[in-house]
Amino acid sequence: MKLRVNPIACEGHGLCAELLPELIGLDDWGYPIVDTGDVPRDLEPMARRAVAACPTLALAVERTSAGPPARSRRREAHAR
Amino acid sequence: MGRRPSVSTAAATQNHGIERRGPAGLPRLLASLREDGRAEPLRSHVDRYGTVADAISGGALVAEVEASGLAGRGGASFPTAVKLASVVGARRRPVVVANGAEGEPASGKDRALLRTLPHLVLDGAVAVADAVGARDVFVTVDGRAATERAALEVALEERRRNRLDARMTIRITRAPTGFVTGEETALIQFLNGGPAKPTFTPPRPFERGVGGAPTLVQNVETLAQLALISRFGSDWFREVGTRDEPGSVLATISGAVHRPGVYELALGAPFTDVVAESGGLTGRVSGVLIGGYFGSWVAPDDFFRLRLLDSELATHRAALGARAILALPDDTCAVGELARVTRYLASESAGQCGPCVHGLDAIATAMERLASGAADARPQLERWIEMVRGRGACRHPDGAAGFVESALDVFADEIDLHLRYGRCRASTRGVLPLPTGNRKS
Repeated sequence: MKLRVNPIACEGHGLCAELLPELIGLDDWGYPIVDTGDVPRDLEPMARRAVAACPTLALAVERTSAGPPARSRRREAHAR
Repeated sequence: MGRRPSVSTAAATQNHGIERRGPAGLPRLLASLREDGRAEPLRSHVDRYGTVADAISGGALVAEVEASGLAGRGGASFPTAVKLASVVGARRRPVVVANGAEGEPASGKDRALLRTLPHLVLDGAVAVADAVGARDVFVTVDGRAATERAALEVALEERRRNRLDARMTIRITRAPTGFVTGEETALIQFLNGGPAKPTFTPPRPFERGVGGAPTLVQNVETLAQLALISRFGSDWFREVGTRDEPGSVLATISGAVHRPGVYELALGAPFTDVVAESGGLTGRVSGVLIGGYFGSWVAPDDFFRLRLLDSELATHRAALGARAILALPDDTCAVGELARVTRYLASESAGQCGPCVHGLDAIATAMERLASGAADARPQLERWIEMVRGRGACRHPDGAAGFVESALDVFADEIDLHLRYGRCRASTRGVLPLPTGNRKS
């Protein structure tokens, strides 16, 4: 799983950086600088919380080639 | 017209039926340029080149483009064959966009081409549209480029009267003036009725572009080169240039040269020859900008040792880009010139991404403060250049960062003078061009 921010949608509310300081910092103008590497497994729940907390839906998680973790695969199966 | 290529000889068959021989050496793209600088009419164009119907077409053209090694001439030097392949065989019929927006103030080669050789551009657009199965072609030009638009309209009318391009719908569209207008996603959003501003990808243009169709965006010079490849083949194309960077290019040369203008040059030409071609230097030069305001500064000593090749410029962290080359004379204040252009680049942000809006404004302010000798301005610039890189939906912040970063290096002595005395020996003459009346509401 990787984090990706849509810089057009992002308005710099900064909630993501509060929830996930391990992977998200803020620049000098209050906009998030996101670690674009793989999200460590133990941080995945917080990464999802940060995504959910974004008021402008600018933050998203992307699946990586390694495949989604079991939990999200189950959730997708339900959705279908 | 109507000199059909012979397919009866074995040699011609092997060569996709090419009979015409392309020009040897240079000029080739500009071979049919008229003395009076006006647009070449259809009749003489067809006398020289035949029509698209006589040339290599369809899948054979895609293969020929691949064999030619043609790379995009808009600035990114992306392999044209890869772009073609991305829309060939798509589920929906693709759309072709000929990109002539040319928002770079130091570049004039696309407009020169549209003004003088509109049929070569249209040939390329039609040939490539046919090859990828497109029926709709959009030719976009800067809204202020009235001469170029008129030349295109006359050319289209000539083609209609002669029943060329019967299966194509070709439209000329006026794009708003702006530095980022020519960015692919900005152009597509504009053609879809929106603002000419970049969008966040995916989807990419080749996936979903104009009207939701897979869209092939090609620079107008790329299309003109492709038109010649469709006539004379890939072996001919490769007679000029190097193995890895084949062909000729149009370059806009300006600044401290005797004859500024648009030139056709062989890739691999030494920059000493390039400067000689434009009449030689008018005096001492403090730095050379390569690739326009999206490009990088190179020290004059380095510049004159290099050749017109991305592979050589890469060793100086530079790239040819759209080949706008500007020699800055040393009788203008480099730092003042940089401050003007940096402010312009900040003002040309599409205003969508926070790091670009705020970052480029901060960088422009720091550059102005540097010019008046503020000691903290240089470390600020170094910090913010790194901070804005890769932070926009498009590459605008990255381009501005590269421009400033290379300048800090090449003009280190001039900057030291400013930090010590708040000025240098020269005043700012405004050599680096800015569009007149530039200011977006």
